[in-house]
Amino acid sequence: MRYLPLTKNDREEMLSTIGVNNIDELFSNIAEKANINPKINLPNHKTEMEVEKHLSLLSDKNLHADNSSFFIGGGSYKHHIPASVDHIIQRSEFLTSYTPYQPEISQGTLQYLYEFQTQVSLLTGMDISNASMYDGSTATAEAVSMAKRITKRNGVILSNTIHPHYADVIKTVSGIKDNELVYNRKFSIDIDHLFNEVNDNTACVVVQNPDFFGSCYDLSSLAEFVQSKGALLIVVVTEVLSLGMLKSPGAMGADIVACEGQSLGNPMNFGGPYVGLLSTKNKYLRQIPGRIVGESEDVDGKKGFVLTLSAREQHIRREKATSNICTNSGLCSLAFTIHLTLLGEKGFKNLSRLNHESALNLKEKILKIPEVKLLNKSFFNEFTIELPIKGEIFINRMAEKRVLAGIPVSRLINNNKELDNCIVVASTETNTDDDMNSFIEAAKEVLR
Amino acid sequence: MKNSNKGLNHDEPILFDIGGMDKSGVDLNEPTFKENFIGECFEDREIGLPGLSEPESIRHYVRLSRKNYSIDAGLYPLGSCTMKHNPRLNEKLARLKGFSEVHPLQPLSTCQGALELIDEISVWLKELTGMKAVTMTPKAGAQGELCGMLAIKKAIESRNECHRTKVLVPDSAHGTNPATAAFLGFDVVTIKSDKNGRLNFDDFKQNVDKKFAAAMITNPNTCGLFEDDIIEISNYIHDAGGYLYCDGANFNALVGKVRPGDLGIDAMHINLHKTFSTPHGGGGPGSGPVVFSDLLKDFCPAPLLKKDEEYYYLVENLNDKDIDKSFGRLCVFHGQMGMFVRALSYMMSHGSDGLRQVSEDAVLNANYIKSSLEDVLTPAYEGYCMHEVLFNDDFLSGTGVETIDFAKALIDKGYHPMTIYFPLVVHGALLVEPTETESKNSIDQFIETIRELASKTQDGEEFFKKAPIYTPIRRLDETKAARNPVLRWQKNDVIAAE
Repeated sequence: MRYLPLTKNDREEMLSTIGVNNIDELFSNIAEKANINPKINLPNHKTEMEVEKHLSLLSDKNLHADNSSFFIGGGSYKHHIPASVDHIIQRSEFLTSYTPYQPEISQGTLQYLYEFQTQVSLLTGMDISNASMYDGSTATAEAVSMAKRITKRNGVILSNTIHPHYADVIKTVSGIKDNELVYNRKFSIDIDHLFNEVNDNTACVVVQNPDFFGSCYDLSSLAEFVQSKGALLIVVVTEVLSLGMLKSPGAMGADIVACEGQSLGNPMNFGGPYVGLLSTKNKYLRQIPGRIVGESEDVDGKKGFVLTLSAREQHIRREKATSNICTNSGLCSLAFTIHLTLLGEKGFKNLSRLNHESALNLKEKILKIPEVKLLNKSFFNEFTIELPIKGEIFINRMAEKRVLAGIPVSRLINNNKELDNCIVVASTETNTDDDMNSFIEAAKEVLR
Repeated sequence: MKNSNKGLNHDEPILFDIGGMDKSGVDLNEPTFKENFIGECFEDREIGLPGLSEPESIRHYVRLSRKNYSIDAGLYPLGSCTMKHNPRLNEKLARLKGFSEVHPLQPLSTCQGALELIDEISVWLKELTGMKAVTMTPKAGAQGELCGMLAIKKAIESRNECHRTKVLVPDSAHGTNPATAAFLGFDVVTIKSDKNGRLNFDDFKQNVDKKFAAAMITNPNTCGLFEDDIIEISNYIHDAGGYLYCDGANFNALVGKVRPGDLGIDAMHINLHKTFSTPHGGGGPGSGPVVFSDLLKDFCPAPLLKKDEEYYYLVENLNDKDIDKSFGRLCVFHGQMGMFVRALSYMMSHGSDGLRQVSEDAVLNANYIKSSLEDVLTPAYEGYCMHEVLFNDDFLSGTGVETIDFAKALIDKGYHPMTIYFPLVVHGALLVEPTETESKNSIDQFIETIRELASKTQDGEEFFKKAPIYTPIRRLDETKAARNPVLRWQKNDVIAAE
């Protein structure tokens, strides 16, 4: 077995040092009560070549963004990742190290996390950020739990245009009872509705921007109002590249910002692993969940970094911790920070604009197809269109022509007939004119 | 900038001191659109993100990387963390475009291979654990715990027994266990360990009453010991109408050898980033699938993977009839696919024969270390251990050296220290988990090093107190970091936070 270094001789010598005759003696206390060495109905070991063959065949059964015309977003986006990102994250010292518990031999991880925390704070326009969460959805749920702790209130108001999975995660993970939750799914954000629902028991209002349907909003007045009622505004961002063109959530007055960071450095991976970003104001620092890196100095006065404020965390506080999170998204946050460093200010804003431009171009082309309507009054790199036929049928027929044309809204919201003909379409810097023309030609045939 | 490099050890400034607003390592076309469609919240703001050209970025991160210890460079005996070799085949396969470039919301007809892979790994996990069902979505071990406990909560609700709010957790448990239970509103009661390092069954029984909901037990536990009474405990729990959650962080001791399903467990998470070799990545990403018994399988979270003849599909919406008992959804999309690919590659490479050898070698290595060190260190408990061996600090008594000093001295000898001060049930704990991927030579050298250090403790504390001295940075002031938190770079080095 290629991954197991012990030889038969080694094992015999070691057993004899221990003073047992065979390995099962070490399991004898278990064998007295339970079955050891059960018959396991699985194949025996395979060579590297055989494993590679098997998984390659499975991989070949999937259509993917590089062998199709690809326009899907909805919280996971296709972007070009510079080659050096994947090269660096595969360095042994990053790939095969643990959480940096011993700072003297983990400064590499600690320093990039400190840089990551700074970059995230700058992007979101907030004071501070943690060292990552699992993904945008769990970051959002943690933000809601955080708001409940800070305000000591239980009411949660979700904007009706938040990603439906995110809404489900908040409900499940943050333990909100039905009567404490306000949430209706429909197309356009109902800002007035959000204002009207805020009351003395409201812990937070959660708004996604750009929202699930792609629309962008200035949330400044909502933030002001929510805060005047003693509640917090949580802003959710599922496409972090939008922050290159939109007012930052911090500038609009957000109290907590939860983002999906996948767009920088991380492939779509059929849904994971991703990297969740969580930022807030200084005053809520001690309520943040998860790892945080801080600066300090060593015994010689040399500057260095450590995991800090661990009195919030499960390994110290146990049942009184702010969250149960332990392992987070270390390597994905590394990919994120490398990609952002490679882009820099100019590159990031440029990339953001190229995404917007791509979506603008696609919109222009799509609107030339008869009976197709754009529902957005604004968007960044994705938008929602209404078709003359059911969205799901359209998407499936487009897929037969190797065009992955978007997400039928009905896949995520299956109890609102009004949205059955709608699809959410994304276009990024990776989409060429050829891709767009394939979309249009295929769509014309499907809708003919 | 003053040059303070030492040979191969290069100091590396922080990105914000070397990057430039006008620098970039990516060539992009210039956008040409005239009017944007962002609307009222458009802003052309100065963000403040420094950039680096490609050669500068590579050098920045390569120099940083060289300040990290890693399993590839040496034995990493962190107890309860299972730092085993990460096969590179897994990395290669996870990067196949048919996995990495697939969107989670593609039409199901276009991602049958991805769904088939999830089905395959599910079969492996169910068979290896002897459990009835598995949910693949939890993003890490702690989220797996949340998943298992949410299922238990839902099961209790479905029986209209919401008065059951008490969760028993041994004092040796990982901090995530009590944190998870408390996060869900359960009342956590801590059960003491007995003198043999196992859960005190008498104390346990006394705490089982009408309010009893569940117990969260790690097996093998964090003392590296199998809970011998586990079957009696699970029977007792079920007779009392409760559920047994098992923290599966230490499954590496059992894989292929003992099935949790034979022990009366109702739910258990599996850390793919421990037992099944997906890389730790400096703190994630992990993956924490949860296996369920018959009692809990209906309460699994969305999405549910199903197969209709040869066609795979997902039940994704919480109002779908197929999952009407589900407790909800844990994360957007379907879980850590990139980790599933790696873990399946690992499982297939080992096969059922190799996986049994994994647990046997892991247990053999730990016991070999124990036997080879028991005359110089002080094992916390008698008898054979499982995949990790726990020592207390009795061997240091009277020397002035503390566990932390011993650990830091080990760094100067080229090792990552073992887990220290955990579990909490042992004074000055040192928890050593070698894993099965260390050779006998490697383990012998580790033993030799520990013996040398142990004998050095008799020469006084000074050597230990000043360690480490050969690292890029020496012991850091953690109190200062927490008291005056500086959590990000600021322009002009203005001190941040509170």
